[in-house]
Amino acid sequence: MSTAAFIVIAILTLAPALAAASLPKLIHAALSFALAFVGIAAFFFLLGAEFVGLVQIFVYIGAVAVLIVFTILLTRRDAATPDKFNWGGVVIAIAVFGGLIWAIFLTPGLSIAPPQIEALTVKRIGEVLMTDYVWPLQCVGLVLTAALIGALILVMEEKP
Amino acid sequence: MTPTLTLFLTISAALFSIGLLAALSRRHAIFILIGIEMMLAAANLNFVAFWRFSPQPQPPIGVMVAIFSIAIAAAEAAVGLALVIAIYRHYRTTNVDQLDQLQG
Amino acid sequence: MSDSLDQIFVRGKQMLLSLLAGAPDWVIQLGSSLINIFALLGVFLTLFALMSVLERKILGRIQNRYGPNRVGPFGLFQPVADGIKMLIKEDIVPVRADKVVHFLAPIMIAATAILALGVIPYGRNMTPFAIDGGILFFFAVGSTTELAVFMAGWGSNNKFSMLGAMRAIAQMISYELPLIITTFPVVMVVGALSPDAIVAAQGGYVLGAVPHWFVTTPWGAAAFILFFISGLVESNRTPFDVPEGESEIVAGHMTEYSGFKYATFFMAEYFGMFAISGLAVTLFLGGWHAPIAGLQFIPSYVWFFAKLSALLFVYIWLRGTLPRTRVDQIMNFAWKFMLPMAFTCIVAAAVWHYQRRGLAAWLWSLAVIVVVYGALSRLIDTRKKFATRTYRFAE
Repeated sequence: MSTAAFIVIAILTLAPALAAASLPKLIHAALSFALAFVGIAAFFFLLGAEFVGLVQIFVYIGAVAVLIVFTILLTRRDAATPDKFNWGGVVIAIAVFGGLIWAIFLTPGLSIAPPQIEALTVKRIGEVLMTDYVWPLQCVGLVLTAALIGALILVMEEKP
Repeated sequence: MTPTLTLFLTISAALFSIGLLAALSRRHAIFILIGIEMMLAAANLNFVAFWRFSPQPQPPIGVMVAIFSIAIAAAEAAVGLALVIAIYRHYRTTNVDQLDQLQG
Repeated sequence: MSDSLDQIFVRGKQMLLSLLAGAPDWVIQLGSSLINIFALLGVFLTLFALMSVLERKILGRIQNRYGPNRVGPFGLFQPVADGIKMLIKEDIVPVRADKVVHFLAPIMIAATAILALGVIPYGRNMTPFAIDGGILFFFAVGSTTELAVFMAGWGSNNKFSMLGAMRAIAQMISYELPLIITTFPVVMVVGALSPDAIVAAQGGYVLGAVPHWFVTTPWGAAAFILFFISGLVESNRTPFDVPEGESEIVAGHMTEYSGFKYATFFMAEYFGMFAISGLAVTLFLGGWHAPIAGLQFIPSYVWFFAKLSALLFVYIWLRGTLPRTRVDQIMNFAWKFMLPMAFTCIVAAAVWHYQRRGLAAWLWSLAVIVVVYGALSRLIDTRKKFATRTYRFAE
């Protein structure tokens, strides 16, 4: 795990995330949000969980980002006008960040180097999903079906 | 200097607070959803970082939780965006300050 | 002798890398990746140039005329003329267009198409980037194309572009499901997501004559046809080229792009075609394996590109033969026919596998597919009913 890669990916993630939180135009914010998720997927690759990184690109950028831009398209009247910024939120966000950093540095034993682990293959994830985690898998399937039907009902136009 | 666990946790804390910033300081409903998705992704990063730096339990719990969390986040984004569209159809606005009919 | 011809590119790359023998580890990795990337780009850019002129010639022959035949022998230098024309055209950007988004859209589309080409095995030991979840990487990268198409439509600040982009995204999302689900039977039967493992599972021959390709099984043939049709739609080719329907919405999301950016869109569409055809060859047509055991002396990459060329010829043939379908016909076809048929292929593959892959297994899975196909094509009738005619006479 190299430091240069870590720094590059960290910049690639945090800069678009900040842009997504602060850009006035909604479309630019949505597209930098997609770029931030590419950075997070790169973090997952760096950490050795390639399957999670690929699922992240697939689900977040291929589906959630497209949903967000479609919604921006369908609620167009407000998208042209820039948004008002609330500075109280900045204070709270900085306070939360400070609290988290304080908690991290107060915990002993976290400054460890990455240990040598065996690579996590897709086959292993599949085995685990089907044996130990089969109940959560079925429940997630149910949740996704319910979300699909619910979202469709919410946006269906009522027949006059 | 190889990246330690502290560095990864700092990055995910930063991402979480940026998501919180987006969710708290914006008035457009979709911006708030973007912030929430970022917070979820930061939590996933935390899980996978802890899995990587720990002596390996079998099964790989951190990775599994991250996968399920991504699936649930997609479902929640879909329903949230459907709600935004439904609200826009009714009230013709996506500014959450103006959705105050149940107030007081 | 045949082995050395087969591995000639692998050996060439190893010779180039031995020039960097003393360097640290990351330099060698970087050098290896760069050699892979340049080889990939070189091969596919040449193939793109060749295909752009061959498509016009084949379309011309289908329409009973010659294609371009002025520039060079048989018109084969036409891409050079086209390239010079595209490069010297003025680059027009609309005044109120979103400049950053307008600029980045063609780059993103081309980048995602080229990324997808990196995980396909082109020959024995010749996969540029062998990832464990290669198929998932291919689809993940392919699904970011939709976002880039939206960027192109939005960034142009033009109602026709926006309309074309929405149609294109609706079409691509609808057909992504059959595209991915038809690869599930293959992944299930092989047990791995890596394209190398899938190609390796298709080696071997029955009686030295019939190969073990998945297209020779009933579920494989059905899945191949569904995958091919979904690939046609994903790359916006006729008969599904509603997004760039010239007679309807000018050029859809590519309306406001001129010169080199339009050439980039064009290139991205062709690269998407190459990627999907390459994946179809890997998953169903046996990758780089020869069709008969006796022909194995021909190098593996020759077989891969021969199969790829056959699939590209079918693409061009369909373009010259079929008219464009309507948008609602495309949507109905995806959700009401292709998705249930894709699920049926999974069931048929499971039936085939659990009956131990013999002749009985073949017949049972064929029965499953034929019954469901018959039911679906009879029961789903989406033809619009005409209103009853009323006559009004002048009184």
